[in-house]
Amino acid sequence: MIADVIAWVLLLVIAAYACAGGTDYGAGFWDLLAGGAERGERPRWLIDHAMAPVWEANNVWLIFVFILMWTGFPTMFQAVFSAMWLPLALAAIGLVLRGAGFALRKPTRRLAGRRIYGAMFAVSSLLTPFFFGAVIGGIASGRVAPGTTASADAWANPTSVMAGLLTIAATAYLGAVFLTADARRFHAEDLVRYFRLRSLYSLAAIVVLAAIGIPVTHHDAAYVWHGLTHGAGLALVIAAVVVAAGTALLLARRAYRWCRYTSVASVALTVAAWGFAQRPYLLPTSLTVAQAAGADHTLHWLVIVTVIAVVVVGPALVLLYRLDTLGDLEPLTDADTHGTTAPGEHL
Amino acid sequence: MYRSTVLLANAPAQLLPARELMAFTLASHILLVPLGVALPFVTLLMHYRGLRKGDAVALKLARRWSAVMAVQFAIGIVTGTVLSFEFGLLWPRMMGRWGDVFGLGFGVEAWAFFLEAVLIAIYLYGWRRLRPWQHFWLGAPLPLAALLGAFGIIAANSWMNTPQGFTLDAQGNPVNVTVRQAVFTPIFGPEYWHFAVAMFLTAGYVVAGVYAVGWLRGRRDRYHRLGFTVPFTVAAILTPVQFFLGDNLARQIFHKQPVKFAAAEIVWNTSTHVPEYLYGRLNEDGTISGGLRIPQLDSILAGFKPSTQVTGLTSVAADDRPTATQATIVHWTFDTMAIIGSLLILLALWYAWCWWRRRDLPRSRWFFRCAAIAGAASLLTVECGWITTEVGRQPWIVYFNMRVSDAVTATRASSLWTMFGIVAAVYVLVFWAFLAVVLKMRTRWRIADENPAGPPTVLSPEADTPYGPREAVASGGDQRTAGGAS
Repeated sequence: MIADVIAWVLLLVIAAYACAGGTDYGAGFWDLLAGGAERGERPRWLIDHAMAPVWEANNVWLIFVFILMWTGFPTMFQAVFSAMWLPLALAAIGLVLRGAGFALRKPTRRLAGRRIYGAMFAVSSLLTPFFFGAVIGGIASGRVAPGTTASADAWANPTSVMAGLLTIAATAYLGAVFLTADARRFHAEDLVRYFRLRSLYSLAAIVVLAAIGIPVTHHDAAYVWHGLTHGAGLALVIAAVVVAAGTALLLARRAYRWCRYTSVASVALTVAAWGFAQRPYLLPTSLTVAQAAGADHTLHWLVIVTVIAVVVVGPALVLLYRLDTLGDLEPLTDADTHGTTAPGEHL
Repeated sequence: MYRSTVLLANAPAQLLPARELMAFTLASHILLVPLGVALPFVTLLMHYRGLRKGDAVALKLARRWSAVMAVQFAIGIVTGTVLSFEFGLLWPRMMGRWGDVFGLGFGVEAWAFFLEAVLIAIYLYGWRRLRPWQHFWLGAPLPLAALLGAFGIIAANSWMNTPQGFTLDAQGNPVNVTVRQAVFTPIFGPEYWHFAVAMFLTAGYVVAGVYAVGWLRGRRDRYHRLGFTVPFTVAAILTPVQFFLGDNLARQIFHKQPVKFAAAEIVWNTSTHVPEYLYGRLNEDGTISGGLRIPQLDSILAGFKPSTQVTGLTSVAADDRPTATQATIVHWTFDTMAIIGSLLILLALWYAWCWWRRRDLPRSRWFFRCAAIAGAASLLTVECGWITTEVGRQPWIVYFNMRVSDAVTATRASSLWTMFGIVAAVYVLVFWAFLAVVLKMRTRWRIADENPAGPPTVLSPEADTPYGPREAVASGGDQRTAGGAS
């Protein structure tokens, strides 16, 4: 059925946001923990350089998530935004502070200003994914149903808190793995060691959180818990664990070639496992995919729009990532905007 | 005034903060939209000129504009994302009920916007390493992507103004959705072109305005001349086009949203030979205080002859139309937009005259004063146009199908006021910082231009970036880049 197709597309886009946006949030997380201006100078330099060309594109996935929700499943969109009012409002404010902080830090010269913008960026990099995770946790635990009004219980409960913390840990893990690879790309051996260690730490944190989360969420999110421990959901969880273990192995052996892909795969597989575990519900036990589906004609068009998006945006996105990894993307410097004979000018 | 108070008292308490919050975030975001949509175009134009003629000054301008674009686009992205949150946070019932009817426009907008974000990243960060023409052509689709993005947004907005593409079932829920009808609504074409041209025109005047100020301060070099001429020419060419499009849109509103037209022109009773009021205030009883009255003109503007019948506000029930206060607001913004538009035409004609006679910029200081003001004035018209569209639709969020008060969230008013406070504080800070950063860049550039020996290599410790040496990145790069990012 067409609604199922859209539901899978939605899950795919959420996974893409978790991976692409997640990596950026993770970079912000490490920016926060990098220490003072002097001690944190090197890691922050790397974070700035690695994120700058891609963070805007990475963030657009979120807008896709919303549009697929309200066009494909309007009742689900209404239910989620009514019940999860506060965490989503806070996430929105976090997004403003984060984006503005990052964008304004670059052209600011004074240390004091850079500190303020940097703090804005880093703190909201921590809080925003937490709130998104809490929303997912609230949905997974069945606390959101059509007609649910905003309440603290919807997102301040064991499952939500666990999901929020796990989201932060996952972003930290993605961020650290990508920064390890970036450090190698920029020939900064000290930073390779620095972020490799942090990748392993954050992976360990995920394991610990998952170990705590399994008993905590057993009864709190019974439907999804069952889905994750049986059948396809379980298979995907196991796949995610195997791939994550692979990442750890690659990092431990200092074989950095594939670790970015395995880290992304592990997060994407986890998101997919959650999606399988929820079947056939969009909002567990209250709203199925079929019940929430919007008008048929619209859904058909949504598929067409999605295909066009893949055809048009896909190659551009590949080009962006490719140019980025080749090191062809560099910020303008004062020399470029000041002088007439700037480096890189081919006149 | 009394009736407005009564209506507000009957409305849910969260309506006012929700509306104010939406208005505030939209009004802020829309100031960045002209630059987001059209600054890449103006920059690419300059870039093309630089490459084509080997013009180093043009290339420098293009590079500097792209540095501004980098910051502006980032702020635009975050304020735009907030708006998509607010659809759910403030108007969940509209999205829940109508999302599948009109939401698809946003789908188009999203992928166009995605493309724009990708291309702009490549463009902004490609200056140093990509081959010149390759770099240019990778940026060239940007204006097209921006126009496509605007297509999606305006499709959604025009649907809210002239909704169609569905039928209502017994419970009043939309069924039989036809997407093409829902995207191409009656007001869509006129609204889209009016909006698109407004964006290019505004960006042109804003950018030219900056260099007009420099010109007035005596910086009359080729750099300022070029920085002024290219964007101003774009804007000047578009101004008469926009006048025509605006007039056309007003007439379409007259036909398709007669009550909104009545509000914009403060027409109380349906009749012929309706006079036009320049400003003036509509009272609760239908009388008009103040303003300049021009007999017959409104009928003539609407239908080219005095006998044209213009629908008045009283043609619908009192709570189905904008209040007197709202109508007055719409009327003022509508008049302001039209007046500024007309004045801009005079400015464009002045420019065209001088160019035609002497192939040169006008010599008068007054011309440059006006050009400097034109930037701010066109931003004001953008705000006015938006207020006219949105307030003129009141009390409907979906014209004659859903009231704003029926769409609003059930969240408590106090939460909404708190959020409004936080958002307002954050936005003021962000916009202030944005402006400060751009002005700072401008100052740095001016100092650099006044010291042609090159950028200052010795910086005070505090001015230097704490974020590590640059040389490590630009492998084999240039020591002069050690000054930090711009």
